[in-house]
Amino acid sequence: MFSLEGITTSVQDWLFMKFNPTMALAMECIIVILLSISLFALLGLVLVLMERKVAAHIQIRLGPNRVGPGGMFQTVADTLKLIMKEGLVPDMADKFLFNLAPFVVMMVGMLLLAPIAFAKNFQIWDINIGVLYISAVSSLSVIGILMAGWASNNKYSLLGAMRSGAQIVSYELSAGFAVLTIVVLTGSLQLSEIVKAQENGWWIFKGHIPALIAFVLYIIAVTAETNRAPFDLAEAESELTAGFHTEYSGMRFALFFLAEYINIFIVCAIGATLFFGGWMPLHIGHWEAFNHIMDYIPSSVWFMGKTFFLIFLIMWFRWTFPRLRVDQLLNLEWKYLLPISLFNLLLVAVIAILGWHF
Amino acid sequence: MYNQTEIIKDTSELGADGELVINMGPQHPATHGVLHLVVTLNGETIKKIEPHLGFIHRSIEKMCESLTYRQFIYVTSRMDYLSSHINNLGCALLVEKGMQIEVPDRAKYIRVILSELTRIASHELWLGAMAMDLGAFTPFFYAFREREMITDIMEDTCGARLTMNYIVPGGLMYDLHPDFQKKVKAFITQFKSKVTEYEDLVTNNIIFQSRTKGVGILSAEDAISYGCTGPVARASGVSCDIRKIYPYEVYDKVEFEEVIETAGDSFARYIVRVKEMNQSIRIIEQLIDNIPEGDFVAKTKNVLKLPKGEFYSRVETARGEFGVYVVSEGGTTPHRIKFRSPGFSNLSVLNHIAAGGMIGDLMASMGTLDLVIPDIDR
Amino acid sequence: MFLKEYISDVVNGVSSLLKGMRKTGYYFTHPKEIITEQYPDNRATLLLSERFKGEVVMPHDANNEHTCTGCTACELACPNGTIKVVTKFEVSPEGKKKKAIDTLVYRLELCTMCNLCIVACPSDAIKMVPNFEHSVFDRTKLTKVLNQPGSKIREGIE
Repeated sequence: MFSLEGITTSVQDWLFMKFNPTMALAMECIIVILLSISLFALLGLVLVLMERKVAAHIQIRLGPNRVGPGGMFQTVADTLKLIMKEGLVPDMADKFLFNLAPFVVMMVGMLLLAPIAFAKNFQIWDINIGVLYISAVSSLSVIGILMAGWASNNKYSLLGAMRSGAQIVSYELSAGFAVLTIVVLTGSLQLSEIVKAQENGWWIFKGHIPALIAFVLYIIAVTAETNRAPFDLAEAESELTAGFHTEYSGMRFALFFLAEYINIFIVCAIGATLFFGGWMPLHIGHWEAFNHIMDYIPSSVWFMGKTFFLIFLIMWFRWTFPRLRVDQLLNLEWKYLLPISLFNLLLVAVIAILGWHF
Repeated sequence: MYNQTEIIKDTSELGADGELVINMGPQHPATHGVLHLVVTLNGETIKKIEPHLGFIHRSIEKMCESLTYRQFIYVTSRMDYLSSHINNLGCALLVEKGMQIEVPDRAKYIRVILSELTRIASHELWLGAMAMDLGAFTPFFYAFREREMITDIMEDTCGARLTMNYIVPGGLMYDLHPDFQKKVKAFITQFKSKVTEYEDLVTNNIIFQSRTKGVGILSAEDAISYGCTGPVARASGVSCDIRKIYPYEVYDKVEFEEVIETAGDSFARYIVRVKEMNQSIRIIEQLIDNIPEGDFVAKTKNVLKLPKGEFYSRVETARGEFGVYVVSEGGTTPHRIKFRSPGFSNLSVLNHIAAGGMIGDLMASMGTLDLVIPDIDR
Repeated sequence: MFLKEYISDVVNGVSSLLKGMRKTGYYFTHPKEIITEQYPDNRATLLLSERFKGEVVMPHDANNEHTCTGCTACELACPNGTIKVVTKFEVSPEGKKKKAIDTLVYRLELCTMCNLCIVACPSDAIKMVPNFEHSVFDRTKLTKVLNQPGSKIREGIE
């Protein structure tokens, strides 16, 4: 049976056999860096194409179908174009911050990759405060956006960045509370522990209605956090032309664009881990035979399947709903999502204490 | 070339008290053309909007003065290109009125059917574009699918999809296409089955409702004093449908309701247009099977000469009252011509209804005013 | 009471959103609803109305004869000087002078396809054809001479 765990173990064994431990660790670091960068590039290409195809099919169109079979290489062609394009820096812009901003946004994506469990025992860093780490790091991306908006010396960019700041700071809360419900149920902040706790069923099934509510809250909050429609106020096309990245072009723009999709992947991966059991196959109570069959599907396939399902859900939102207004956006958070998530957390705490979950 | 220190000194662009002046347009995704809005902001709140016009001014009125009464009609298609057919009709009506040409019944019926089809096509485009202004991209494609059927009908019968020039003084340029009735009926069936889609996607959507309800309120008094017509005024409770007040062609023979809402906000303007599409379908249904046989054009002289005097005719386009005013000296060309375009008056209320709102409200207000910039600039 | 309103608000809002998602989901799962026409590929099957106004041409018959008398009605009818008729006098065998066209210049780049010239023509010498692929690299190629070289007027057309 195909397993990523086997590959990593054999690579590690070989490295420790050939080199001294420090050297082997350094080599492993380099391998991890290369792998994560290539994963980034690959995900960017795949997700942009997926978005365009999903959008096209929802909008009764065909979508890209000229470059390569079924338009598979469309995003590669787009990337080549963006690399070759001149990256303009506007006059009077703060050049240092302007150039730094896309990298800050990218860096956040990279950092968030660390604690995610891609498959069984296939994780870069199984940190024991994984969930906390994710909450803390993911809110850093707003700094990059604010930087971009401020440094561009453009009024549209500034407005977009300010909107984004207000938005991410508020929606962090309900995303955090939604994550906390699962932490309360599991009793651990470690992502591998959370996955293990779902061995006999995913939290979305085991956690009764509160887990379902938490999932809905989580999806809404992370859609807002990643600046996706219907919460794409930071780049509201019809209002602010392109919001915080109005002045960006060429590869700097591509980094923002890539970061958006990487962020979607990461929040969906975390959502899949928390609510759908990460790499854990679908197990139903005592159906031993069924569980056994499900185990035959590799854990990485389970993980990717769940993540891409959530990504599809977020894309589905984008191509269905109109955009909210900025005050309605904050109303939604403070008047609806936050009270509901607080109440939901209380409910979950009661359930967890009384042991009502499966 | 200027150096950087000079730019810093030039603070005239910056408003007082932390006001932010941004130029929306002439190249902006939400202005649907080359409208230039100078928006004074205080944070997200709009303090003042100043529309700057003239980016697509082609001096159509002056051009028309050098064209004969047969020729000047085609130019009017280029003003409000979404209701070009109705514009043509307004001009043809003026010439017919001035020369007392009796138009055959068949031509009258066909003109009305085509006008209503044009109205539906225009409203469909507006619906898609407005949803797009509010951030929903998908309804645009669904609306265009139905609009495409109308443009196909136009292409079959009139020979063009947008600037038809099918109406000539005295009737029509040529007779209907044999498939016309069949295709129109197919369109009506398709339209009726798809109307619920807009309700699900747009009308009943909670986000759409909260974006438009209570936004950009225009009172009936203001609508009258700014000279608003069409769906914009009718959404404020002003009865101003030219088809009802001064019926032309066969509008006095068909049954339809003048859609009037009283709220005066963006949502009311939206509802008025959606209901108007249904009324247009109702008019077409009454006429499509009853097109009388006969000539499609009246016998007219080769050279048309309007008698000396002043003439005015008006029609109800998809955007409101379109008026043509001609001063004739008795020659083959108009001495002076003036078009009263609905878009210009409707645009003038923008500052009134959007100031005090947010940037997002401006998009909702502007979207529901249904501006066509070439109609405003002419 | 307040709580009841609050909950019904949330439920109504979410259900309206779900309705919209059902609609878009329907189209996502039904690829046969796609209406895209892949234009250059479907050239062979492209349906274009025979009335589509694409270009003015002058039909010639097998003997390279047209029916244009050179009356300049089309030139007069044209609102923007698209058509220019250059006439000459042909001397018939009997020694009679007869007006005929030398060239009928048609400037496609100016034409607005208003169809007024076709309507004005008394002898149906010109007509509109549904040909829309006009793009060229040199705009002088858009200025066309409609009568073919060596063509002459058909017998019996006055």
